[in-house]
Amino acid sequence: MDMLEKLKILSDSAKYDVACTSSGVDRGNPGDGIGSAVSCGICHSFAADGRCISLLKVLMTNYCVYDCQYCVNRRTNDVPRAAFTPRELADLTISFYRRNYIEGLFISSGVIRNPDYTCEQMIAAVKILREEYRFYGYIHAKAIPGADEALITRLGMLVDRMSVNIEMPSQQSLRLLAPDKSKESILKPMGLIKNRIQENSTDLVRYRHTPKFAPAGQSTQMIIGATPDSDYQILNLTEGLYQKYRLKRVFFSAYMPVVQNPLLPSPDSKPPLLREHRLYQADWLLRFYGFKAAELLDESHQSFNPLVDPKCNWALNHLEQFPVEVNRCSYSMLLRVPGIGVNSAKRIVTARKAGALDFSGLKRLGVVLKRAQYFITCKGKLADGLKITQDGMLRNLISQQGLSLVRQELPQTYEQLSLFSSGKITAEEVRQCLPASI
Amino acid sequence: MPARVNLAYQYDGSFEGFLSCVFESFEKQEIPSAIFAEEPEQLSLCPVRFIETDQSRALRVLASIPKKISPHAQETVQVCFLSNHPQKELLLLGFLRQGYRFGAAVENRLADPTVNAVMKAVKFVYNESHLIKEFLRFSDFGGVLVSIIHPKNFVLPFIQPHFCGRYPNESFFIYDATHKTALAYRPHEWKYLAVDSFTMPEKGEEEAFYRRLWKQYYDTIAVEGRYNPRCRMGHMPKRYWADMTEFQDDGELAPSPDFLKTVSAAPKIEGSTVKQP
Ligand code: SF4
Repeated sequence: MDMLEKLKILSDSAKYDVACTSSGVDRGNPGDGIGSAVSCGICHSFAADGRCISLLKVLMTNYCVYDCQYCVNRRTNDVPRAAFTPRELADLTISFYRRNYIEGLFISSGVIRNPDYTCEQMIAAVKILREEYRFYGYIHAKAIPGADEALITRLGMLVDRMSVNIEMPSQQSLRLLAPDKSKESILKPMGLIKNRIQENSTDLVRYRHTPKFAPAGQSTQMIIGATPDSDYQILNLTEGLYQKYRLKRVFFSAYMPVVQNPLLPSPDSKPPLLREHRLYQADWLLRFYGFKAAELLDESHQSFNPLVDPKCNWALNHLEQFPVEVNRCSYSMLLRVPGIGVNSAKRIVTARKAGALDFSGLKRLGVVLKRAQYFITCKGKLADGLKITQDGMLRNLISQQGLSLVRQELPQTYEQLSLFSSGKITAEEVRQCLPASI
Repeated sequence: MPARVNLAYQYDGSFEGFLSCVFESFEKQEIPSAIFAEEPEQLSLCPVRFIETDQSRALRVLASIPKKISPHAQETVQVCFLSNHPQKELLLLGFLRQGYRFGAAVENRLADPTVNAVMKAVKFVYNESHLIKEFLRFSDFGGVLVSIIHPKNFVLPFIQPHFCGRYPNESFFIYDATHKTALAYRPHEWKYLAVDSFTMPEKGEEEAFYRRLWKQYYDTIAVEGRYNPRCRMGHMPKRYWADMTEFQDDGELAPSPDFLKTVSAAPKIEGSTVKQP
């Protein structure tokens, strides 16, 4: 099989994995090899689906002895199979890297023969890169559940980031759809990686030249919408993963129906992109905005509001805390104002030292006034000529992005929405409809 | 505050030349209505004074910035000067005047229109430098890596440490066609060259092969059901595409008709990028 065909098969079967980031580690090149890594990460291109291409994302092989129902590579699926040799993969990575196509390698694999053998193949490829080519670029490797701890540790010493995919948001779903995997087989390597990273960082304090174990940390991903798990369950799980396993990132992947299976959404159903979008927004709120999962969803509100983003939803349900005075309120409260992001909040804190801010100043700082105006005062005053009406507010607070997804995925909700704009709705109803479930 | 006068300054386009203009403005206690480097395209209606570049005056102005304002403000001025802002000189003059008045705090005055415009220009330079680090593509010609870029700002000084550090044992040549300047590197030295025009040589077989692999990879890695051209364009503005391997037409290397079919059949989904809420 020629290289062109092989790469096609092995990138095609890796494309559903979402993680493609190259961030989290800063490493210069001492001059004896090729490559470097920058902590902010570098995206080299964007595919037609709008997703970033940072790493060469391929499988070592798509042969697999397992039979996970949601996966194109499962044993019982009739697809062309291929495998890279470690040498081929290393050479290809370097050829792409030299041309500045990529930031490094993201290597994952189907389980060929058994987990240990698979892991050894991956180690061999990465070793050629690190030791022969003296490659200082970014490498992300997926730990193969079930592989020997010693092998996972060896792999971790060679790469920048490791991940174990949690796959399904709940144990029931996992049992149903990935019969060969168990919660334990996933959480065990995840715990192992967490412990190695921690031990290693104490070693590093003691011995400066200790090689680093996965210095860019650990991430995971789960599939959204293949199973009945709610946003509430998913967000709580996400928060737990950040806290317990010290993960750097949790990725969500809207389920792309790839198979006909009574346990799964039918192949002609659409991927739940809006849900995925809302989950990422909420994830952002957990990581950068100081929100807790319990502030965003609870037992009685298990799903995100399709119309407004989770932060806006929170603000609408806590109107008693607004408006806030931008010239005085705390940084953490600024972050909770719809229309003010991390950057503009920081700029506000800087700029107000030099003098009180007014609305035109805020605009220059990058605040989205259209949204923020309902929640803030400047020097004690609301924005000039601000009229607080339901449909005005709704129109301004619904994000255009969200709207086009709502229009496509939930035409009914969209029609109701145009009802609001005809102004027949009361304040009460607006408040009630906002935390509505999908 | 000195008076704004009906007079334009013209200088040679160098940083020292600009600093000489600043000196002139302070010495004459006047604020020109415009400062430009070349003959203005439109006939200017006000009189023009040519400001000679004077090294010692330039140095005096330069030395005053870290002393009277802050070292960071000096960096701001230097970076903004490399931006493509059409009135960067006048902006910087205004910025410096405020700087001498407010000291280091001038950089906190983000809501002031002049300071804000300077900061935005600086941000654009840094942002574009980052984009070029992302989207620049090399082609291999007999072991030398060659690239052509068309940045709006003068970004070479900002990408030079990155590429020299990343490929210490390669030889490469990056041509900035907008500013007609090249960065040439071979282990372990680099220099800038003024190059009037440059075209890529013929590609060899091995280079053609890797280009083909990369294009195929680029096409394969997209998930058809999530086709989202708007989102792609938001992250990767179209004006960079012409210099990127994956969008260049290599004749027989164009994307396969099969792929194009799947793409046009896929539902069009707009705007599913994750923006900061
Ligand atoms: S183990 Fe991985 S590759 Fe194999 S079927 Fe399951 S998800 Fe697919």
